[in-house]
Amino acid sequence: MPVIDFENVAYSYGGGELLSDISVKLAPGSFHFLTGPSGSGKTTLMKLCYGALLPTAGHVTLFGSDARNLDRDDIAMVRRRVGVVHQDCQFLNHLSVAENIGLPLTVSGRHAETGGDDLSELLSWVGLANRASALPPELSGGERQRAALARAVIMSPDVVLADEPTGNVDWEMSQRLLRLLIELNKMGKTVLIATHDLGLIRATKAHVQARVLRIANRRIQLAGADL
Amino acid sequence: MFQVAIAALWTGDRQADRVVPPSGFTAQLTLFAAGAMAFLAVFALALSLASGRLATIWGQELARTATIRVVAPIDQRAAQTEAALRILETTKGVASARALTDAEQQTLLAPWLGEELAIDALPVPRLIEIVEDNEGLDPEGLRLRLAAEVPGAILDDHNRWRAPLVQAASRLKLLGWVSTILIAATLAAMVTLAANAALSANAQVIAVLRLVGATDSYIAQAFIRRFTFRALTGAAAGTALGMLAMLLLPSTDDVGGFLTGLGFQGRHWLAPLLIPILAGAVAFAATGAAAKRTLKGLA
Repeated sequence: MPVIDFENVAYSYGGGELLSDISVKLAPGSFHFLTGPSGSGKTTLMKLCYGALLPTAGHVTLFGSDARNLDRDDIAMVRRRVGVVHQDCQFLNHLSVAENIGLPLTVSGRHAETGGDDLSELLSWVGLANRASALPPELSGGERQRAALARAVIMSPDVVLADEPTGNVDWEMSQRLLRLLIELNKMGKTVLIATHDLGLIRATKAHVQARVLRIANRRIQLAGADL
Repeated sequence: MFQVAIAALWTGDRQADRVVPPSGFTAQLTLFAAGAMAFLAVFALALSLASGRLATIWGQELARTATIRVVAPIDQRAAQTEAALRILETTKGVASARALTDAEQQTLLAPWLGEELAIDALPVPRLIEIVEDNEGLDPEGLRLRLAAEVPGAILDDHNRWRAPLVQAASRLKLLGWVSTILIAATLAAMVTLAANAALSANAQVIAVLRLVGATDSYIAQAFIRRFTFRALTGAAAGTALGMLAMLLLPSTDDVGGFLTGLGFQGRHWLAPLLIPILAGAVAFAATGAAAKRTLKGLA
């Protein structure tokens, strides 16, 4: 069963249709890129994946349930299984980096059972061990992206969604982030990365079998393997 | 359900508290508003309880007394008084009856006519004080008997002036309760405004919390805890000051205690202690409703 399943999905903002007739299945453990020009609806499609938006037509099925039938608490539960890295990652600025990364555990009441070990391991994995007590506004762009990634995966989610995770960072850092995402995929997580950076996609394809979904003319096209 | 919510409120978890950034100024405004409202509520409550007490006194205790005035020429006055007393002896509902002495009547008239009045030289009506038993007497029946046998005797069962006083006291009591309710509603409105402001100011925090999988009730709890404790603390301080002010009110027991006596008596002193608890409950409900409304509008 696909973890996320789009069936003839359309989404329109007040004006006109942004996405139409989109059918995509994300199988467990798959690695997808989502690409397309700016404003083509990449972020909107990502939001449909974690219940931040509901389709105006068609069906989005998240972990086997139609997104339309989920109440607000169900959506919260979905988000505990979907780690999201936004383009402009937002944190709680009054809490330290470590507390921000541990926030998903805190809000799901699992802080006590997991303890600090996982957290410090994760901090070193994303290379933020020495920034643990810093406040988010003190972080650089790359550090913010890595902190957001750590926060997205601390609950060991089934799916990781990253929206332009390398948008604000240099090539070196984007490679590092990508390696982290590939590593997650090898641990069995489903990964979907929205990006317009074709270089990044090419660099990934050397390491993992990734499929590329391209949004063009409001529809999804499966880009060739020869990209 | 409510008990669970209260328990969660008390135990809460420190972590949950910290996810919402501390706010300085609005917190103090909520404290102040709760304090001021509690202070006013103490007086509204005192008014209600005191006027309730007055209504009871006027309604019940005065109802058990009546007066007969014997208006007759001086030479017949003693005889008519005797006759009236004899009738009263055989009247149902009369526990005791006695004629006031000259000295007592002089004391009664002294405030108006002065101390050195020769009362026996004046055609002052003789007053007979009647104390009714629990069954009460039938004023109409007594009036008919008196009219037949003692033409100069006029019965006054105090009803004429007592009724409007009782009514006034009841109205005052009602007014006091309405004020208390209005104060509670105003506190609810203020807390709702403050909670709405806090929720709007923290829209980004809420968005982050929702993104990482926080439920609405978890987010709401953080706000509810704050506002409930602020209202509780503010109201406790306001109530304490209000009660202190009531204690310091000049005592009017001897002179006008019957008419004024605004204040708490006996176990009524416990009533204002409910105000902080009520304020907390009002804040709890108001913040909960505000949070529920706001959160519903967010993704």
